[in-house]
Amino acid sequence: MDAFIHQVLSGLATGGIYASLALALVMIYQVTRLVNFAQGEMAMFSTYIAWSLINAGMGYWPAFLLTVLFAFAVGVVIERVVIRPVENAPVLAIVVVFIALLVILNSATGWIYSYTIKTFPSPFPKEPLFGNKYMSSHELGAIGVTLVVLVLLYVFFRFTPLGLAMRAVAQNPESSRLVGIRVGWMLALGWGLAAAVGAVAGMMIAPIVYLDPNMMGGILLYAFAAALLGGIDSPGGAVIGGFAVGVLENVLGAYVIGNDLKLSVALGLIIGVLLVRPSGLFGKVNVSRV
Amino acid sequence: MTRRATIGVVVLVAIACVLPFVVSNYRTFQLTLVLVYAIALLGLNILTGYNGQISLGHGAFYAIGAYSAAVLMDRFGAPYWATLPAAGAVCLVAGFLFGLPALRLEGLYLALATFALGVSMPQLLKYHHLEKWTGGVQGIVIAKPEPPAFLGEAGLRMNSDQWLYFFALAVAALMFVLGWNLLRGRVGRALIAIRDQHIAAEAMGINSALYKSLAFGVSAMYTGIAGALGAIAVQYVAPDSFTIFLSLVFLVGIVVGGLASISGALYGALFIQFVPNVADEISKAAPWAIFGLFLIGFVYLMPAGVAGAVRTLLVRFTRKGAK
Repeated sequence: MDAFIHQVLSGLATGGIYASLALALVMIYQVTRLVNFAQGEMAMFSTYIAWSLINAGMGYWPAFLLTVLFAFAVGVVIERVVIRPVENAPVLAIVVVFIALLVILNSATGWIYSYTIKTFPSPFPKEPLFGNKYMSSHELGAIGVTLVVLVLLYVFFRFTPLGLAMRAVAQNPESSRLVGIRVGWMLALGWGLAAAVGAVAGMMIAPIVYLDPNMMGGILLYAFAAALLGGIDSPGGAVIGGFAVGVLENVLGAYVIGNDLKLSVALGLIIGVLLVRPSGLFGKVNVSRV
Repeated sequence: MTRRATIGVVVLVAIACVLPFVVSNYRTFQLTLVLVYAIALLGLNILTGYNGQISLGHGAFYAIGAYSAAVLMDRFGAPYWATLPAAGAVCLVAGFLFGLPALRLEGLYLALATFALGVSMPQLLKYHHLEKWTGGVQGIVIAKPEPPAFLGEAGLRMNSDQWLYFFALAVAALMFVLGWNLLRGRVGRALIAIRDQHIAAEAMGINSALYKSLAFGVSAMYTGIAGALGAIAVQYVAPDSFTIFLSLVFLVGIVVGGLASISGALYGALFIQFVPNVADEISKAAPWAIFGLFLIGFVYLMPAGVAGAVRTLLVRFTRKGAK
């Protein structure tokens, strides 16, 4: 039983990682109805920026803040410069652009920072919090940060005029334009926010998996699974989905299929959710008229 | 086929037959890989270009084909040429089966599902219960096929690189003729109709589900045969040669070569084989940076790819000639 609890809790810890990246995916989906394949690499790139800042002698939290702002700016610029021209293009063109972004960011990071693995500092104390023996304080802290981000996003979307405008754009761009919302800028803001959330995710992930240009490959897949499981348009669902995927992955890996097929759990989940319940656990069911 | 196109194909085949006798063995090997990629790209193009189903995981089918060939040769002693139809059949079934659930997924979601397939493939190949056949992380080393004896008796001297090249050329030619036959007629029109207006296509009596899953199967079969041929050429398969980046290379190939174009597969194959070779000299990261820039550039500026540009140029050229 003790071993089982341990598996579940360490699953929750990794689940927190997936949840934070899934949250970023849901952000972009909410505003643009697109699934960003480059989300993981954007987060990875931001984390490298944070690493440079910290290595240049900056304290952790100032570097953290600066990185989030930087990521926001990069997100906005990417939307305005790269995504805007293909906004109304067929899905294939958009997917190709996402893939292009993925490989460009990946190789640019490799070019600038080399492919050697780097350690990334954690802002949380070394000794475990509250005397628990299952999760390190960084893992607990990362879960806490993810939840804080979730609450902030909820407050932003629910209680601010800007959040309302962004929700309106997601639901009905044409009508939003008619009531005077600048749809283009809302999309750009959505990208910026998603990039910022991704940067937070990256900085929480890096101390665990170490920093390297390919660190996000598997994690992105789990984040996809998490976002789909929770409902691709539901931030709360993404977080719950993230924890669920983390626990499932760990428990299945330990007791059912063995550790060497863990990625297939994500594959199975993605296909399973898409087939059985495409709207996920908490998502809205999409109905389209023919 | 117009007369001009026939002449073009004949000239191309003639050049292809002479090339291995003028270039080095290493270049011949590279050209063999170009042919292999061309078959794989044609397969992906049937699915993504003609039928509009986005696959970001075709590397997985390439891997299945490569492993089928390697396992058959290594564990069961099958001759190399016999592994191609077997690999094709395995991938046809695998692709058809994956295509069934994919029927319910559109656009982005299909891209996601196939992306997941591509990412998890190396891990599946490393699975320890399959190690008996797949060799686990180590992979499988296979012997290089020697040119058959009757060629020597007929007075044709060839080394194994050249023989492999001609073998690949024959397979590629066969696959291209079959693909051309498939796509220029009823089936090709049905695939394109489903891509452009699937509701209208169904209203006209096209069985959309059947065609879409068949397209998946045939596409996987092409890619699987390419995988088998690639494994024979490289003489080695290992899980880590079939990462998600292989699938993305194929995507680069069809976008650069030209979506929904048969000749595009050839241009794309030349691109993905030779551009990284040149770019590698700049930096290890350079090939992918260049691939990425080309992807964006082609989507913005040349959505029809190299094949489209060649077509436009030819039309312009011939019009001028007619005046």
